[in-house]
Amino acid sequence: MPTVTYVFDDGSKQTVELPVAMSVMRGALANQLPGIVGECGGSTTCGTCHVYLDRSTEMFAPPTDDEDEMLEWTAAPRAGNSRLSCQLVPTQPGAELVVRVPDKQV
Amino acid sequence: METAAALRGHGYAGPLTIVGGEAHLPYERPPLSKGQLEDGADAAGTPLRPEQFFTDADVALLRGPAVEVDRLRQIVYVGGERWIGYDHLVLATGSRPRRLDLPGVALRGVTTLRTLDDALALRRQLATARRIVVLGAGFIGMEIASAAVKRGVEVTVLEVNERVLSRSVTTPVSTAVAAHHRAHGVQLCLGERAARVVGRDGRATGVLTEWGRLLPADLVVLGVGAVPEDDLARRAGLAVDGGVLVDRSLTTSDPLISAIGDCAVVGDPVTGARRRLESIQNATDQGRYVAARILGELRPYRAVPWFWSNQGSLKLQMVSLAREYDDLVVTGDGDRFSVLCLLNGRLAAVESVNDPGTHMAARRLLGRSVPTETELLAVGYDLRALARRTTAAA
Repeated sequence: MPTVTYVFDDGSKQTVELPVAMSVMRGALANQLPGIVGECGGSTTCGTCHVYLDRSTEMFAPPTDDEDEMLEWTAAPRAGNSRLSCQLVPTQPGAELVVRVPDKQV
Repeated sequence: METAAALRGHGYAGPLTIVGGEAHLPYERPPLSKGQLEDGADAAGTPLRPEQFFTDADVALLRGPAVEVDRLRQIVYVGGERWIGYDHLVLATGSRPRRLDLPGVALRGVTTLRTLDDALALRRQLATARRIVVLGAGFIGMEIASAAVKRGVEVTVLEVNERVLSRSVTTPVSTAVAAHHRAHGVQLCLGERAARVVGRDGRATGVLTEWGRLLPADLVVLGVGAVPEDDLARRAGLAVDGGVLVDRSLTTSDPLISAIGDCAVVGDPVTGARRRLESIQNATDQGRYVAARILGELRPYRAVPWFWSNQGSLKLQMVSLAREYDDLVVTGDGDRFSVLCLLNGRLAAVESVNDPGTHMAARRLLGRSVPTETELLAVGYDLRALARRTTAAA
């Protein structure tokens, strides 16, 4: 299973295994991790699952136009590695992701 | 679900029980009229949390339904003669499809969509249906029409109003949505009422309109709005009027009981009017708010409502509801535009079609102070420019 390490605003970290086809957003909710809201359920509509993807950017397709436009309006400032975590679904079994969770989503 | 998760997330350590009315784990409802109707969608739906969550977070999930609330004893009776006591009770009972008082609606092949089981049944029926009639051109009806036509089913939508989505959006958006559906082969019959569902051998075979037109169908879907599920509250003697009445902190007439989501009637922060909303954002925002309030939050609930709907390849996003306006300004063009609704010289609501940037800007603007028309004019009604400027100044 792919693993995701969520790095929080206070510097703490948590690593979880992600079942196949589960997004990084869903993984956070499933494991009661703070800082990711995912209000719209993963349809690129709310912008409340913003993360900074620390590496493995090449693993994912670049943001769609919709995601790109939503990222302009996230509560925490956008950076070059900003993504909506509902759109990040790792498929390689051994993938190891690190995402930083911003201090606010709403 | 959202209240329970937020309570645990913010450190509440006491007992916590969710009483649900269905056999499934609590799940996302928005996909039911969208992706869930497509082939290959998971029959378990999209659970809000995996089963493991309930163990890990120590949240009991009781398959109900809840049948009675005894407010004196602070007890909820659950189906199967079980009961559970409470210090605080949150009513999140939602809404149910409005039934049409129409001859023939009891025939087999007449259906509504609310639950995952409804969606699974509808998907099965769509797999073999040749033509369907959807009664009602609201969000759910039109989303079902989209899904059906995509599956190669002939679709006719019958709507008593002169335009689609008339309860929810302004005319420019209705026009764009109607054109999109028509271009994809959906037959729209607007301004026409159904007289009866006709059938043979107990099974629906079509809809007869008030003008005597027969629309043949092997499946009839009712999408004529929802009514609040407030029976439990009414029987418990809570104040109920088109939903469970709540004050600005979402408390019912009993201080130990809150109501949230589709079933609750609450004051609107922008207009001050009393309002019941049917949207996921409203449900989750209110759910999180009540959790915070139970843990000591003193401020009243205040969130600008927003909605979205996928209509074929059109992505509709709305901030606030344009029930009343005295001027409309359309920005953008073609398949990508926004409608600014103005009331008394101020921005009241914004509807966007394939224009997520303007939608997000509008949410940010309306969440702070409501822009005046003068401010809007100064930026040529470009909400993104205004929101950037406001953010930079803050």
